[in-house]
Amino acid sequence: MLFKNPLSSPRGPAVMDMLQSVSGIILALFMWAHMFMVSSILLGNDAMYWVTKMFEGEPIFGKGYPILVSLFALFILSLVVLHAFLAMRKFPATHRQYRTLHNHLGGIRHTDSYLWYVQVFTGFALFFLASVHLYQLIMHPADIGPYASSDRVWTGRMWPLYLMLLFVVELHGGIGLYRVLVKWGWFMGKDPKIGRKRLTIAKWVLTLFFLVLGSLTLAAYMKVGYEHQDSAGERYQPAEYSQLHSASQGEND
Amino acid sequence: MNACTEKTIPVKVSTARTIEFAIFRHNPFDEASEPHFETYQLEEADSMTLFIALNEIRAKQAPSLQFDFVCRAGICGSCAMLINGRPGLACRTLISQLPTKVTLMPLPGFELIGDLSVNTGKWMRGMSEHLQTWIHSAEVSNFDAMEEKMAPEQAEQIYELERCIECGCCIAGCGTAQMRPEFVGAVGLNQLARFKIDPRDNRTDAQFYEVIGNEHGVFGCMTMLGCEDFCPKELPLAQQIAYMRRAMAAAGIN
Ligand code: HEM
Ligand code: SF4
Ligand code: SF4
Ligand code: FES
Repeated sequence: MLFKNPLSSPRGPAVMDMLQSVSGIILALFMWAHMFMVSSILLGNDAMYWVTKMFEGEPIFGKGYPILVSLFALFILSLVVLHAFLAMRKFPATHRQYRTLHNHLGGIRHTDSYLWYVQVFTGFALFFLASVHLYQLIMHPADIGPYASSDRVWTGRMWPLYLMLLFVVELHGGIGLYRVLVKWGWFMGKDPKIGRKRLTIAKWVLTLFFLVLGSLTLAAYMKVGYEHQDSAGERYQPAEYSQLHSASQGEND
Repeated sequence: MNACTEKTIPVKVSTARTIEFAIFRHNPFDEASEPHFETYQLEEADSMTLFIALNEIRAKQAPSLQFDFVCRAGICGSCAMLINGRPGLACRTLISQLPTKVTLMPLPGFELIGDLSVNTGKWMRGMSEHLQTWIHSAEVSNFDAMEEKMAPEQAEQIYELERCIECGCCIAGCGTAQMRPEFVGAVGLNQLARFKIDPRDNRTDAQFYEVIGNEHGVFGCMTMLGCEDFCPKELPLAQQIAYMRRAMAAAGIN
């Protein structure tokens, strides 16, 4: 029993299907929460600074521990790996399957089948885009902040990656959440046909909202980074923080 | 002039369109036959269905054209084909709702008999034997006794799912079924759901799990929803697949 391969047990398919959905749901919800936090830059550099310090645990420990960011990013990366491993099973495997699928999709002109293919395509792109982003965070957890992030986006030329990641992940997560609800029959209401229409509308409204928010956010980082490029590498000092700091220094003098 | 207006049928000037049909032709039993399309022109008539159009084409232009039909009323499920790429029943498709160019192909995923005729029966029988889509009961029925009563809602629910005519549109409309021929499809999953809710069927979820708790069964479905959107009987297929998925997920971890 101890050496029994769990994947070959009859439970395998049920467990894998559930884990695929659970990992996808957590990732998609995290992605939206993440977008709200990153977009704090739209409220100004101080707001984003404050959010950063929150995540480093400053309100709890009195001092920021960037390692917490590393650990969290590591957790997200492991979810991505798990999810990608499970969802990969659904990719067409052979040239013949791709050809059959393309013929099929070309003929039936059917939105939800197209959406599935968009998910396969964007999922594939996420292998690369998400990995680059997460690796960077895990290795440089302290380099998050109004200047540090903006310098990375502009001077570090990460904005093309983030721009692609934004569209790819929003499409993938949005479609994924819609499909996972239909797949398990959740939130479908009394009449599932009407329920599905409602979910479709909700899904596009949300996707559009996050794409607009994301684009504005990325533009804001690019602007800060552009203006700060001559002193790239310098860290941000929040307004009230630096005042306090210089005041206390004054006392010591 | 006024006296007879109520009884006359107004004569319409013919505005009928001429429809061009490109029909897939191939006889797999004839070695010389190559798959190809042939085109036929036909003048549209009032209330003409695709089934009527095909019969006219066969009567006047292509006597060897093979296609299936029995009931011409959407009941037998034999006339399903790809109509401009989408699965549907020929007898339930009005020509007036089609553009002037119509491409007809046999349903993909089934053995070709010839031209537009495919062997859905063979596929359905294989699926049915594999999933055992009949009532499993330990009791020996006494045919002289009164039948057990069933709650009307329950009977209605079963009847709703029982309306499947095994036309195969949900297989032709499903990307999963097209890529993976072993997939039992919405038709199979719906039929097992029908027996799962039937109180006369004594199979447990663990027993259902043995046949559909895998990638060829309910966990193979990727929620593309072609089945739901192309089922000519408008069966609630997505709902039934979700129902089986929840039950099989629970059965799988217990
Ligand atoms: C390397 C990264 C990824 C790959 C390769 C990938 C691939 C896929 C594929 C192919 C599917 C469709 C599975 C099916 O049809 O059953 C899927 C579903 C899904 N994905 Fe991803 N994905 C990745 C990352 C993500 C991320 C970052 C999120 C969150 C935003 C996410 C959220 C979802 C959701 C919610 C579903 C639906 C779950 C389900 O159908 O059970 N995925 N993924
Ligand atoms: S479920 Fe619908 S599409 Fe599928 S075989 Fe039955 S009637 Fe046809
Ligand atoms: S929901 Fe999609 S994958 Fe599942 S059976 Fe229907 S068409 Fe096929
Ligand atoms: S001929 Fe019977 S369903 Fe069309």
